[in-house]
Amino acid sequence: MTAATVMSGLLAVEVPYWASAIIKVGVVALVVPTAALVLGYVFLLKMMSFMQSRLGPMEAGPYGTLQLLADGLKFIQKEDIFPAKADRTVFALAPLVVLVSTFLIYVVIPTGPDAVVAQLDVGIFYALAVSSLSVVGILMAGWASANKYALMGGLRAAGQLIAYELPLVLAVMGVVIQAGTLDLQKIVTAQAEGEIFGWGGIGNPFILTQFVGFFIFLVAVQAETTQPPFDMPVAESEIVGGYQVEYTGFRFLFFFMGEFGTAFAFAALAAVLFLGGWALPWGDLTHWGFNIAGPVIMLVKVLAVAALIFWFRFTYPRLREDQLQRLAWKFLIPLSLVNIVVTGIFKVVL
Amino acid sequence: MTAVSADQRQQLAYVATQAADARLNVEIETEGMTLNIGPQHPATHGTLRLVARLDGEQVVEAEPIMGYMHRGYEKLAEVRTYPQVTTLINRIDWLGSFANEVPFILAAEKLMEVEAPPRAQWIRTVLFELSRIANITLFLGDMAVQLGALTPVFMAFRDREFVLNQIEAATGGRFHPNFDRIGGLKDDLPQGWIDDTKQTMEKMRDFCDEFEELVLGNEIFQARSRGIGIVPAEVGLAYGLSGANIRASGVDWDLRRDGHEALAYDQVDWKVWTHPDGDSFARYWVRLQETREATHIVDQLLDGLPSGPIMAKVPRIIKVPAGEAYAATENPLGEMGYYVVSKGDLVPFRVKIRSASFSNISITPWLLKGVYVPDIITILASLYFILGDIDR
Repeated sequence: MTAATVMSGLLAVEVPYWASAIIKVGVVALVVPTAALVLGYVFLLKMMSFMQSRLGPMEAGPYGTLQLLADGLKFIQKEDIFPAKADRTVFALAPLVVLVSTFLIYVVIPTGPDAVVAQLDVGIFYALAVSSLSVVGILMAGWASANKYALMGGLRAAGQLIAYELPLVLAVMGVVIQAGTLDLQKIVTAQAEGEIFGWGGIGNPFILTQFVGFFIFLVAVQAETTQPPFDMPVAESEIVGGYQVEYTGFRFLFFFMGEFGTAFAFAALAAVLFLGGWALPWGDLTHWGFNIAGPVIMLVKVLAVAALIFWFRFTYPRLREDQLQRLAWKFLIPLSLVNIVVTGIFKVVL
Repeated sequence: MTAVSADQRQQLAYVATQAADARLNVEIETEGMTLNIGPQHPATHGTLRLVARLDGEQVVEAEPIMGYMHRGYEKLAEVRTYPQVTTLINRIDWLGSFANEVPFILAAEKLMEVEAPPRAQWIRTVLFELSRIANITLFLGDMAVQLGALTPVFMAFRDREFVLNQIEAATGGRFHPNFDRIGGLKDDLPQGWIDDTKQTMEKMRDFCDEFEELVLGNEIFQARSRGIGIVPAEVGLAYGLSGANIRASGVDWDLRRDGHEALAYDQVDWKVWTHPDGDSFARYWVRLQETREATHIVDQLLDGLPSGPIMAKVPRIIKVPAGEAYAATENPLGEMGYYVVSKGDLVPFRVKIRSASFSNISITPWLLKGVYVPDIITILASLYFILGDIDR
């Protein structure tokens, strides 16, 4: 959300480019850690605990709300340890690369008619492209740690992320065909103003017409964010944390933030692509009030998608790497191709 | 044997280290990667070390190295009186402690030619089965967590607590009861214990039903465990597997039914569960069924509990007559036996402990050839060993 554009819209003040750029950077830099904290607290600490008949953290702050802040402070205090044989530069850079790819996704996610950092014509294309940058960071971490477990984790992650880029992109294709645009903002409007076979009562949230795509997207996101049942790259009972095994302190914190920040970003993408994003199917979409209400509507939808993602995470055991590849190549990709073909036929016929 | 001088001994030691280094170098020069799984690794629940030679993610060769937790119980038992030994051997299989005491006490009773009164035998059997439930419940959750599912292990801990409470109520010790005595038991059951235990057994049956759906019914669990780590019956027998591990290979053999020890199993109606497949799934399935069967055994035993004393006439200072005796029972992990040699003293002259996990884990080099790294974890988890039971 750009406070700058909102302000210029409300107060009719021209904000100079440099100021708006700084505000944009500040907003993204604030949103990513907050998103990671919210997801970490609501789902990792609380929902998981309740599913496992425990309370979770209760001491730090009311109902343990400040637990993750306390953890973060603890991580920052830790010694910055490099393994003796590690490639120091690459080792130090790897968590940053992962984190940067997370930050970049947030740039295009719209939360209101003007509340978006950068409205790109190829928004969804850009988001998926930068999200796959994280695999570079993970490979760097796995290789530079000079640890066999880390190397195995890095290689597993690379194989897995590449395999799941395809179904992810192909699942989005259905939405793009229906909306007729790659622009995330226009995808939102297309859903709010669309109609299902001539009935426009609730617009056309693409989850109704693209439910196959939504399913594939969720599975691919699960693999992309290396969460169970696809957490082989970090499988703690096999390879003891994989590429993260040698990381301590704030570098580990970066990985943690990257993981949850990416989960939040993908949940936001799913909300934009399939649940109608910041918009409601009623009302004037260009009204400035959506700049205030949009982020709230968006947050509700994101948390709903994230609840699904994390529900899988806490319920399922882990697949084996070869089983995962088989699932990706033999099931998800053919299914998403069929989905594209069917969507295309409907688009042409209707 | 001729005496060896200090010089010679040093020389021999030097040659030995040289030879060891040479062996190590040969190993390092081979292709592929040697992965050291353990001694500190979450999947070895303890300090087992597994040296695996890998080709990519495939295991070429794997060898378990044990002894990191060797506590010398066989030797320690030689300087403790018979009643003191039970304190030690409680700690062999720390999840089902009471079951460790029983075969030793039975062996000592054989030597002394005393027999515990019926009520003591029945309560012994009840506690034996309770410790089996307490032990295997944790396995049921643990194997799921090894396969990546986080939730079942918490449920297992939660429901195991009920059983531990019952054990504590009867014996005073949650983990290490030290309750069995030569000739009977330390105490009788407390008031109201029987009803409480029956309710607990009801809860444990619910737990088993829940896990049958939650874990055994899960497609990913099945995909990960079916056909993984298949032990053919004859190979399993050749390696000395026992307990649920061999029953999962279709061998219908259970010391509770087939053994000769004076426990109350012949008084109740129960069934030995077997599975023909011999894979990791079968081992989990058999253990789950056994847990449920154990709750039925406990229920029946509590219904027909005979009255009478709980202690036979035994001298206050226990001196075991000279002789040798072996007693083995079907412990949670498999066959556990004690070979006790007595010279007529206050302390045993020699105690040989036959623990189940030591034999169960010996099959791993055979079993792990050619599997993938994640399957190592599945197989180790499904063989279910306890480090204390391996290293003693």
